[in-house]
Amino acid sequence: MRCRSRCRSSALLPAARLTDLTGRIVKFLALAVASVAFALVLGWWQVDGPGAASEPDRRPLPLGEMDFAMTDDRGQSVGPETLAGRPSLVFFGFTYCPDVCPMTLSDISGWLDELGPEAERLNAVLITVDPERDTVPALAEYVSYFHPQIRAWRGEPAELAKAAEGFRARYAKVSTEDGYTMDHTAGVFLFRADGSFAGTIDYHEPREFAAPKIRRAMEEIQKGDT
Amino acid sequence: MRRRLIALAIMLLAPAIGMAADPQIAVEEPWARASIGTSRPGAAYFTVRNAGDAPVTLTGIRTEVAGKAEIHESSTSANGVSTMAPAGDITIAPGEAVALEPGGLHAMLMQLNTPLVEGETFPLTLVFEDGGEVPVEVPILGIAARGPSD
Repeated sequence: MRCRSRCRSSALLPAARLTDLTGRIVKFLALAVASVAFALVLGWWQVDGPGAASEPDRRPLPLGEMDFAMTDDRGQSVGPETLAGRPSLVFFGFTYCPDVCPMTLSDISGWLDELGPEAERLNAVLITVDPERDTVPALAEYVSYFHPQIRAWRGEPAELAKAAEGFRARYAKVSTEDGYTMDHTAGVFLFRADGSFAGTIDYHEPREFAAPKIRRAMEEIQKGDT
Repeated sequence: MRRRLIALAIMLLAPAIGMAADPQIAVEEPWARASIGTSRPGAAYFTVRNAGDAPVTLTGIRTEVAGKAEIHESSTSANGVSTMAPAGDITIAPGEAVALEPGGLHAMLMQLNTPLVEGETFPLTLVFEDGGEVPVEVPILGIAARGPSD
């Protein structure tokens, strides 16, 4: 009897230990899974979820809330108010940019061609991020090679900074062996006629996708008008 | 006499053959964008096809129209900022091709000696790791060109 119980208890001991060990592993695993899940949720919350602090900041302000003063390639004084009343495409670039900027302007030209006569109801503006080298005459010559609807704007550094702040665009001077180049936000900002932000069009977006996006932004405000 | 002539012909031709492009490498659809004057860098594009059995590595480019020519790569970061940097050596696997296209890899032509005028062409030489060189004549298209057929 005693022996049996002792035998039983001794037989139970490893099993109990095993159960205990299994319990610990399960607890550990549960904790690990919970931590990973927590980290994932936290990450999502901060990056994409409602907790994303920077997400609303990345959307450009409505044009009506922006404030900056520039000169266009025709020597006219311009600012966000110049764009009011018409849908607008705005792009940051510079004329010493050998690849992305001419391609983006070609793309915008292609979208405007695709829109045909409707394009005349649009503003299309290149804002230079390199006012140091992009003088008004330099900009005038540069845009003359693209769709006639495209204007180029130049602001003094402080005005450029205000514009970039409004559009939530970034730019930075980068030294090279023979001077400098500019890093800059490359997407094309699309605004409705009321100045509200309608979205960004990537520079490599084919015209068959870009043109409908622009049309939609143009129509949305027409609906709003009626 | 005839044998000597053949030997001579081979001797004369051999360097030419050696200099000539690796027949395994094809440079297709070259084009460059016209420049405004010479103060801004120009860009040229082409596709390099490796029809051989071994990988080839493009180490550089050379052209008389530019004081300095390098292959650069444009890229866009997650926050939408476009940047540009030298691409370094480009290795092309057998049977593969690497395309230099707007918005990606491009031949950056710095310190232009002459404006790139639409309708003209200029010579460009591709230099490979094994010392092989492939010359190509690059047609100059308009500033607003998007590809070789524009």
